[in-house]
Amino acid sequence: MKDLTFTTLIAVFEEIFGRGLFWAMVVAAVVITAAYLYVLVRDRSMSMRKFLLAQLSMPLGAIAAVLFVQLITNSGFSDIGGPIDLIVLLGVASLGAVGIAVLVYTLQSLIRSRTG
Amino acid sequence: MTQSAFAPSRRIFLGLAASGMAAAAWSGPVRAAPVKTSARVVIIGAGAGGTALVNRLIDRLDGASITIIDPSEKHLYQPGLSLVAAGLKPASYTESRTTDWLPGGITYINKAAAGIDPETRRVTTSGGQAVDYDFLVVAPGLVLDHDAIEGFSLDLVGSNGIGALYAGPEYAARTWQAASKYTEEGGVGIFTRPATEMKCAGAPLKHTFLIDDIARTAGNAGKTEIIYAANNQSLFGVPIVSEKVRMLFENRGITPAYSHVLKSIEPGSQRATFATPDGDTELEYDYLHVIPPQRAPDVIRQSGLSWADKWTDQGWVEVDRQTLRHLRYPEIFALGDVAGVPKGKTAASVKWQVPVVEDHLVAAIAGTEGTATYNGYTSCPLITRVGRAMLIEFDYQNNLTPSFPGIIAPMEELWISWLMKEVALKATYNAMLRGKA
Ligand SMILES: Cc1cc2nc3c(=O)[nH]c(=O)nc-3n(C[C@H](O)[C@H](O)[C@H](O)COP(=O)(O)OP(=O)(O)OC[C@H]3O[C@@H](n4cnc5c(N)ncnc54)[C@H](O)[C@@H]3O)c2cc1C
Repeated sequence: MKDLTFTTLIAVFEEIFGRGLFWAMVVAAVVITAAYLYVLVRDRSMSMRKFLLAQLSMPLGAIAAVLFVQLITNSGFSDIGGPIDLIVLLGVASLGAVGIAVLVYTLQSLIRSRTG
Repeated sequence: MTQSAFAPSRRIFLGLAASGMAAAAWSGPVRAAPVKTSARVVIIGAGAGGTALVNRLIDRLDGASITIIDPSEKHLYQPGLSLVAAGLKPASYTESRTTDWLPGGITYINKAAAGIDPETRRVTTSGGQAVDYDFLVVAPGLVLDHDAIEGFSLDLVGSNGIGALYAGPEYAARTWQAASKYTEEGGVGIFTRPATEMKCAGAPLKHTFLIDDIARTAGNAGKTEIIYAANNQSLFGVPIVSEKVRMLFENRGITPAYSHVLKSIEPGSQRATFATPDGDTELEYDYLHVIPPQRAPDVIRQSGLSWADKWTDQGWVEVDRQTLRHLRYPEIFALGDVAGVPKGKTAASVKWQVPVVEDHLVAAIAGTEGTATYNGYTSCPLITRVGRAMLIEFDYQNNLTPSFPGIIAPMEELWISWLMKEVALKATYNAMLRGKA
């Protein structure tokens, strides 16, 4: 690919999801991350109980992310053809896992405030 | 003291960091200031090449009068046709409006270029309008010569076991009607390609692989006999890829018929005649995929811009293969499928050609010489089944030029290459049209 710059990547992602949806997702990710950092700073420590639930949700997030990719494309597990495919699959799963963990932790912290 | 000395420098540092990030994020590569000019630039064709170029030129030229001429209200994302003809996307997936992609501040003439006079530097439209230019870019793509196949007509597509996915979205959808019937009922399937240069030489192979795969998945592999009619003794113009395809064919039980060029069909009795080195041969089919000979549009062939000693039956524009500049008329450039260069008839090539034409055109307007060169880069995500493809990229020298060396193997059937075709390709194409990729 010629000139694979950051701007090109943004332009391509805007086209994949549509400009509105793409930036809405970026904002959502930033807001969730900011909220996560906020509760960490506010509570001054990680709550292990909340963290446990967050961890338990990780496999769900991983599976959901992989199924989502398969749903929006005409492809499935049997199409894994080489090492890079496995890496992509694990990458998608990890993104889903970490994403949901951060989300679950943050939501608990925000909803249940400082208890626990 | 230290405090006050530190404060401004930190502010400067933060300012620099912020503006640096902003610059990296928003402005992309630093561009020179636009060239002030009153030059008249005319672009023929608002397809992949013309549209991508015009969207870049408006940022590079200040005061130029830019005119783009295209008779079609619809813009076609042609790489999507392969997916439509395999039932994976609807016809609408490939269609958008030409004007949706064109910038403001230019003139769009919704007519065909009917005549080009390179001596007086004038283009005449099908509406009779004369448009004078200082610089001309020809990017009208190519024409499909369906009439060259005796007995064939586009009305036949979709029934009688005939497909022709190149002919456009509607025909690609009708191709799927005929092809899907074949994947259920089986019989002999013949997949052809023309002996001329053609756009996306991988597409005939993709259709073959996809239809075989769909029949296989439906449990009907035993009922189908698939023949790939190659135009010469190879299966693809790049030898190493041809060899790989030969192995895949062997593995999948697809029979190559070398040097079989489709000449005529008898739709009633479902027989096709092929020209071969040993004379004509007739084959019976239950499904026949037709890709006709491809040539430069008449307006190009009649304007005297074509090569006189190469591709004389096809008429591609006589340009320097590195700069895409016309060899006899330096104020004319050719872009995309119409350019008379070996290889390069893909949208991916267009992506690499546009910055080259832009560079030389803007330099010429500014009175300097451009430096960018096109190396023949051509790319084709060669689909081998639903869910897998090979990301084949190569240049004039038949070298493989992988974009992600060591990460995405070009000659391996991979899921990631399929994801690129299905998810990222149209997005990249659209970004290219907007002049952003
Ligand atoms: C089935 C299929 C599959 C493909 N798959 C791939 C792929 O996987 N990857 C890839 O990179 N490429 C692929 N391509 C190739 C790619 O679509 C073309 O190479 C690309 O569109 C060429 O761009 P262009 O600007 O030269 O021509 P086009 O995009 O065809 O545009 C030409 C424009 O010129 C206009 N025009 C025609 N005549 C005139 C005239 N007389 N006056 C004014 N305007 C005129 C037309 O209306 C059209 O809008 C595929 C093509 C097909 C058909």
